[in-house]
Amino acid sequence: MNRQGYYGRWGGAFIPEVLHETFRELNAAFAAAKADPAFWTGYVDLMATYSCRPTPLTHCPNLSRALGGAQIYVKREDLNHTGAHKANNVMGQGLLMQRMGKTRVIAETGAGQHGVATATMAARFGFACTIYMGAEDVRRQRPNVFWMEKLGAQVVPVTDGSQTLKDAINEAFRDWVTNMSDTHYCLGTVCGPHPFPEMVGYFQGLIGQEARRQILTACGRLPARVYACVGGGSNAYGIMSGFLDDSRVELIGVEAGGLGLDSGRHAARIAGRHGQAGVAQGYRTLFLQDEDGQMQDTHSVAAGLDYIGVSPILADLAEAGRVRFAAATDQEVLLALDRTMKAEGLIPALESAHAFAHAFKEVGELSPEESVIINMSGRGDKDIFTIAHAFGDPSWQAFIRERGREYGA
Amino acid sequence: MALEERIRALRSKKDILLMTHIVLGYPSLAVNRRVIKAMVDAGVDLIELQIPFSEPMADGPVILKANQVAIESGIRVAACLDFAREMVQAHPIPFLFMTYCNIVFRHGEEAFLDRAVAAGIKGVILPDLPPEEGADFLALARAKGVAPILIYAPTSTGARMRELAGHAAGFIYCVARKGVTGKATRFDADLAVYLGRCRAATSLPLAVGFGLRSREDVQFLTGKADIAVVGSETIRVVDRDGPDAVGPFLAGLLGR
Ligand SMILES: Cc1ncc(COP(=O)(O)O)c(C=O)c1O
Repeated sequence: MNRQGYYGRWGGAFIPEVLHETFRELNAAFAAAKADPAFWTGYVDLMATYSCRPTPLTHCPNLSRALGGAQIYVKREDLNHTGAHKANNVMGQGLLMQRMGKTRVIAETGAGQHGVATATMAARFGFACTIYMGAEDVRRQRPNVFWMEKLGAQVVPVTDGSQTLKDAINEAFRDWVTNMSDTHYCLGTVCGPHPFPEMVGYFQGLIGQEARRQILTACGRLPARVYACVGGGSNAYGIMSGFLDDSRVELIGVEAGGLGLDSGRHAARIAGRHGQAGVAQGYRTLFLQDEDGQMQDTHSVAAGLDYIGVSPILADLAEAGRVRFAAATDQEVLLALDRTMKAEGLIPALESAHAFAHAFKEVGELSPEESVIINMSGRGDKDIFTIAHAFGDPSWQAFIRERGREYGA
Repeated sequence: MALEERIRALRSKKDILLMTHIVLGYPSLAVNRRVIKAMVDAGVDLIELQIPFSEPMADGPVILKANQVAIESGIRVAACLDFAREMVQAHPIPFLFMTYCNIVFRHGEEAFLDRAVAAGIKGVILPDLPPEEGADFLALARAKGVAPILIYAPTSTGARMRELAGHAAGFIYCVARKGVTGKATRFDADLAVYLGRCRAATSLPLAVGFGLRSREDVQFLTGKADIAVVGSETIRVVDRDGPDAVGPFLAGLLGR
């Protein structure tokens, strides 16, 4: 970082004046926490006793054999409490909130995983909690809405714009500029104004630290490649940060290819080279936008990847050639999911399945003496409705009809 | 004449000035044209033209919706610039642009300012551009004679206000409360204390906006500020009663 919160040309803090003091306070609190060794120890301890850390690194012998290339290892972020890597960031920010004396937390959520994690954290720490979620995502990720409400959070469906993640982020900022004195905005990914990218990256860095130790133990050498899906980029940056200094380890971020990169219905900002430099939602990065600077609609089967921007840290690493970007289409993702379930008994989230899909395409280029790590950012049970629909599962549809009748639909 | 002098000249004849706000292309440029004429005829002193943006982070529901509807109906930045030139030629009051960073950056900062100057625009408000990020742009705007209007918030410290004033020209926009546009504001002693702090921090004229709705609000600000700003409420009036209701509404605000 050369300037405050900048990664090359990307980052910064483009915030309304009313939040200036709030950000000053947040920057100071985060800097103090980072400088206090007890904070990190406390964080690691909390994650070990409340979540499931260190999460295992799982070897996949059946997939490795079937694909005939490198040994495939999966980093099991799905085993975190609440089922995704989102828990890491959220519990870290919860500890920070305690230090700052805030009593209410707000968050945005796309897939709902960040919302569920935040609602869980709020319940545990005793904070009031409001979650903003695009109305379209409320429909797509209904099971997570149910859990957030049961955990005591208020879920506010956002009906503006494309009714997805970007609109939920705007709405969370609108809440924050009114209520910042007692409220913390627990942003869910390595995006947004400084210090959020750095702060979220700091907490998610736990994934990479563990993964590096674990693969050395398992294989005695570093992996050839690390694959992760990229929505905002937090699970990807989290695992990749552990290998950034290992120049021989290739790092691959997989974006949502949606209906295909030429379809105009995707969320591939870097892989498709469709992202253009811009400033929105408080930071400078590559956004999917038109010539006038208006943000475009995105599409993905995975709500958590359906976002217009991308982490400024990853935009910089892409530009520097350190991270390679690719995209997987909705169709490829469903096939990869099916294959992973049947071959290994693992059920990746639709988001995570993007990383699997692209890794499956490439591992054949490598030899069985080498290894790759796929970051399984979350588990797929939240996607049951979407997956059942995509597979056109007849018995599931019969069950839904039956339930509908029972409820007098 | 530069914006600050224009404001001082107008202020020498009135106790408080009135600035209104329009979202370009909402519901259409044709209706904008009629509303602006009604505003000028009613005695409005300055008008803020908002170039729509898909992510208007600092705006509340009314202006947010206006931005989205305008974009959906196909308004382009080039059309906004042309329309501004037409308004400047048609009406003898200062016009300002309000928009978000990305619109300006995407157009090219210098190209945008040059086109604004050519259109006769006197000032520009970018609520998501703090001087930490935009010092160069703010200086370039001043050099080209487009006043960069900076914003004070109730949370701004005295030191911060003085720093902001150093980057600003024309006037300072004081938001009357925490939050976004459109919600009601309490015009009370706390607001008066805050405006006193604003006054102490800069010699630039002060505009006060966010939540102004009534004659009483304007009267409260008289003597404490130079410009009262009415934003969301005129959009509500047009939505509810049509463009012809704007004149009577503003006349009521001004007590005429
Ligand atoms: C399981 C899962 N993976 C990945 C993502 C994408 O986010 P990020 O790129 O920040 O990891 C999400 C976001 O909701 C998610 O729920």
